[in-house]
Amino acid sequence: MTEYNFAYLDEQTKRMIRRAILKGLAIPGYQVPFASREMPMPYGWGTGGVQVSAAVLTPKDMFKVIDQGADDTTNAVSIRTFFQRTAGVATTTATSDATVIQTRHRIPEEPLHEGQILVYQVPIPEPLRFLEPRESETRKMHSLEEYGLMHVKLYEDISRHGHIATSYAYPVKVEGRYVMDPSPIPKFDNPKLGDMAAIQLFGAGREQRIYALPPYTQVVSLDFEDHPFEASKADHPCGMCGATDSYLDELIIDDAGGRMFVCSDTDYCEARQTAGHKGKDAA
Amino acid sequence: MYVAVKGGERAIENAHAWLAEERRGNTDVAELSIAQIREQLSLAVNRVMAEGSLYDPDLAALAIKQARGDLIEAIFLIRAYRTTLPRFGASEPVDTGIMACDRRISATFKDLPGGQVLGPTFDYTHRLLDFKLAADGEVPKAPSRDAETGTVPHVTAFLNREGLIEEAPHDDTPPPDLTREPLEMPADRALRLQALTRADEGFTLGLAYSTQRGYGRNHAFVGELRIGSVPVEMDIPELGFAVEIGEVTLTECETVNQFTGSKTELPQFTRGYGLVFGQTERKAISMALVDRALRWEELGEDNVGAPAQDAEFVLYHADNIQATGFLEHIKLPHYVDFQSELELVRKLRREAGAQQVQEAAE
Amino acid sequence: MQANTLSGGFTDPATQSAHAFRSVMEAMARPGAIQDIHGAAPPAPLSPAMGAVLLTLCDTQTPVYLAGDMDCQAVRAWLAFHTGAPLVGPAHCMFAVGKWDALAPLAVYPIGTSEYPDRSATLIVECSELAASGATLTGPGIKETATLSLPELDAFQANRTLFPLGLDFIFTCGERLAALPRSTEVTRSSSEAITQVGAS
Repeated sequence: MTEYNFAYLDEQTKRMIRRAILKGLAIPGYQVPFASREMPMPYGWGTGGVQVSAAVLTPKDMFKVIDQGADDTTNAVSIRTFFQRTAGVATTTATSDATVIQTRHRIPEEPLHEGQILVYQVPIPEPLRFLEPRESETRKMHSLEEYGLMHVKLYEDISRHGHIATSYAYPVKVEGRYVMDPSPIPKFDNPKLGDMAAIQLFGAGREQRIYALPPYTQVVSLDFEDHPFEASKADHPCGMCGATDSYLDELIIDDAGGRMFVCSDTDYCEARQTAGHKGKDAA
Repeated sequence: MYVAVKGGERAIENAHAWLAEERRGNTDVAELSIAQIREQLSLAVNRVMAEGSLYDPDLAALAIKQARGDLIEAIFLIRAYRTTLPRFGASEPVDTGIMACDRRISATFKDLPGGQVLGPTFDYTHRLLDFKLAADGEVPKAPSRDAETGTVPHVTAFLNREGLIEEAPHDDTPPPDLTREPLEMPADRALRLQALTRADEGFTLGLAYSTQRGYGRNHAFVGELRIGSVPVEMDIPELGFAVEIGEVTLTECETVNQFTGSKTELPQFTRGYGLVFGQTERKAISMALVDRALRWEELGEDNVGAPAQDAEFVLYHADNIQATGFLEHIKLPHYVDFQSELELVRKLRREAGAQQVQEAAE
Repeated sequence: MQANTLSGGFTDPATQSAHAFRSVMEAMARPGAIQDIHGAAPPAPLSPAMGAVLLTLCDTQTPVYLAGDMDCQAVRAWLAFHTGAPLVGPAHCMFAVGKWDALAPLAVYPIGTSEYPDRSATLIVECSELAASGATLTGPGIKETATLSLPELDAFQANRTLFPLGLDFIFTCGERLAALPRSTEVTRSSSEAITQVGAS
């Protein structure tokens, strides 16, 4: 096959995506329709994030890819290899060294700084989709700022379970205007969305939407006065590095119900271990 | 002591190597050539071209070989390749009236100008496994006659002459481009047809079948089904006129459907339309039925809530590359979201359990 | 055709436009922050920054309006050769190019619709000066406050009231640019009176 353009996409496609990113930044939380292209990886596997990364990457960038917080999950490896091959960018696993971070389902534990870009892979960008399957209807609801349905749903949870029964992809309101889906990050990560120093870009390839949060944007997780939002995680320290402030994966270690909890952010965990922190299960 | 799982990169490389080996199969058996697939599995090639939206039999055959015969995977390969191709321009609309027909049948008139031509069809074969093919696939030459020349008039044109079928007025509005613009609702008919022609055959067939069984019934007759090659012309600005750049084989289906009318408006039949790359008649007929069902609004019919009437439902779910990607992505790791659900369910159970204990105590 | 019609584009479009876009994106994401942008050498009266923005964002899909003295043969020919962007009036443009006074009145530009607020024009304003002083900016993208030399206040304050509809602005000057999306609140600086820069 012949050679592909820098970062795979042709220039016209990149311009189209770039224009959508700028409008997304100008209207925080609003989903900008874009003519998503067919990528050489399946829809649902990060084609939106990949297209956004392709449109923002320069040859000088330091690129990091995480899936579930980890650099070494197979799909993260696959996407990182794709950009090494097509854009020749340098890659890293160190959060602080990266200039562009593509992520699926997590925000790194280490606070991001100015000059960094966090690109989210988004499966269903429409926060109202599971309440109203029709795009024509949800578009109207956003335009009229009609979010009552969402509050009703959350309130029904409370009356049935005593709690809001949404634990990931927890909806947020951006700058008091648009209700936005933060992608399926655990709600533990929601507080990091607001007032972040880095630029946050969200790409949904199959659903053909791009949206954005400029740095230092006000992002509020939806809640009720008597049931305030709570960022929760497993109530354990990390078995490897002992961290008590990180989001944890639960591992099953034997068939007698033995479990251990480990940081989902592999870079965070390794850096802590290198610095001498040790959890109860560490070697 | 716990050691974290590593080595995603190696695992992927090894998986790819194993896949290549499995694709090749037993090396005692001769390797398939692209030409063999193109010539002897031509209906598979046609489906890949139609749903891949790229008319290139050799590339489609290559994709089928690479995909180990998984046609949706082959369509995916073609789509991903197609999207990187530069665009030099758009052809003139093809004229199916000058199609060199291999097959042309009408279910509405016993005989008609241009005649009924069965062509290479499975229709009247008895579906008995032909064990001769297992040993030797060579066949005697089929009888032939000289091809008819000249245009083959469309059946709907005969009806139109009497005003018996709705007009399909000529329209030069440039159609929207599904591959270059995000899909938006409401979708006009040109956009719907564009989505349907590359839609998954099975999905389209199922929807079409549902209309026949009453979910948005529209009483379709196959006015005409034709398969054959048509010239493709492109306007060359430097020359100032259009030149023929090639030929494509197409399947076209025009259905004559349930009539409309009232005391003030004379009754008229309505139309459904299907046009698909290659010899793909199941798909073309399905497309025509679904097209007709989606036209309920412009024809002033009731929406009976049938799936095939729902443009948003049909168009957002008809693309097998979108569908298979999203469906299969659920096998990717979801440790993080699952963990958050796990915590929540444990918490809810803990609280509910505590409440039950308390209630029991009271 | 003039010699400079064919020259002055990106010599390495894929990487130069990638760098230029990052400047534009950083500017739009951080209203008031002044960014460097390089790579273009367009004919006057386009600045290098303006040229680079146009090369990065415009093509046959983006109708462009040339206001005032930007609507000249040299600019038309250069834009046509390097981007192929169709030229249109202000009411139908996706991008408008001009000095501040020539771009007025703002009411004619598309501001998007309530269902599609993104279908709005971006005005690229050529300025004689661009400095981090003048009007005070607050809003998304700004940590506390930023300051930027704006040609006036009223127009931007009026534009903010349209949110989420409205226009977005990119200010170019030499090889530098800054941006002001519709989401930014603009107020008069308490410390200094606003200087009427850019309004030549």
